[in-house]
Amino acid sequence: MSKSAIPILRVGKNLLTTIHVDLHDRIADAFQAELLLAIEKTGAAGLIIDISGLEEVDTYVARVLADTARMAKLMGTRSVLVGMRPEVAATLVRMGYAMSGVETALDVDQGLSLLAGEALS
Amino acid sequence: MQNSVLSHTEMKIAREEDIFLVRRKARDLAKERGFDTFAIAALTTACSELARNAFVHGGGGEAVIEELDDGERVGIRVVFRDQGPGIADIERALAGGYSTARSLGLGLSGTRRLVDEFSLDSSPERGTRITIVKWTRF
Repeated sequence: MSKSAIPILRVGKNLLTTIHVDLHDRIADAFQAELLLAIEKTGAAGLIIDISGLEEVDTYVARVLADTARMAKLMGTRSVLVGMRPEVAATLVRMGYAMSGVETALDVDQGLSLLAGEALS
Repeated sequence: MQNSVLSHTEMKIAREEDIFLVRRKARDLAKERGFDTFAIAALTTACSELARNAFVHGGGGEAVIEELDDGERVGIRVVFRDQGPGIADIERALAGGYSTARSLGLGLSGTRRLVDEFSLDSSPERGTRITIVKWTRF
């Protein structure tokens, strides 16, 4: 059982994690460490972070997510943030935080296609 | 027209978990009052930013959540109070790009853009008091 209780699943060459809990400080730190260790252990080519379960993303959580993607990138793994809800996207942009530099896709399927290098239909 | 207050809830912000409790209360009220998903996300995200602000910079504080009626529509007002050191340069903090230890520097300027009304009072003696209001749209 992980300390953050956020599941990390292997899907082919990639890892998939679905965030469904409030990311407070302690959980955020544990989650980042668990993901990076999972990347090291599995040699994952890509990482999908699914946030379709989050009804709000404040600048703190947005920063944790963007930092996680950057950490994975430093290790050599490409990350895609998927499933952001319309109202979350609208809120973040209105606040001036568009998470630039973070790759995104509509859902897990499209995220996997992106990682596989397929053209999106 | 004077706003009438339909409900009044006081919550303390002493632990990090309290940020989520304040946010959840605001979400529940907004949902009950028929706010759309965009307005709910804007209000609850604003609550997150300001509760975290009080927790991190103000050493904790309290949130007062009220449902308002101005005669034509319903709104939710949240007042965040802390006894922290206050905000040294309010204009700069509201202009954005004000970088502090654990925030992005977007907290206040970004939050102001999410709500219909925003006011801020801060001094080293009184601490900081930030009031936001979000109204239902029809």
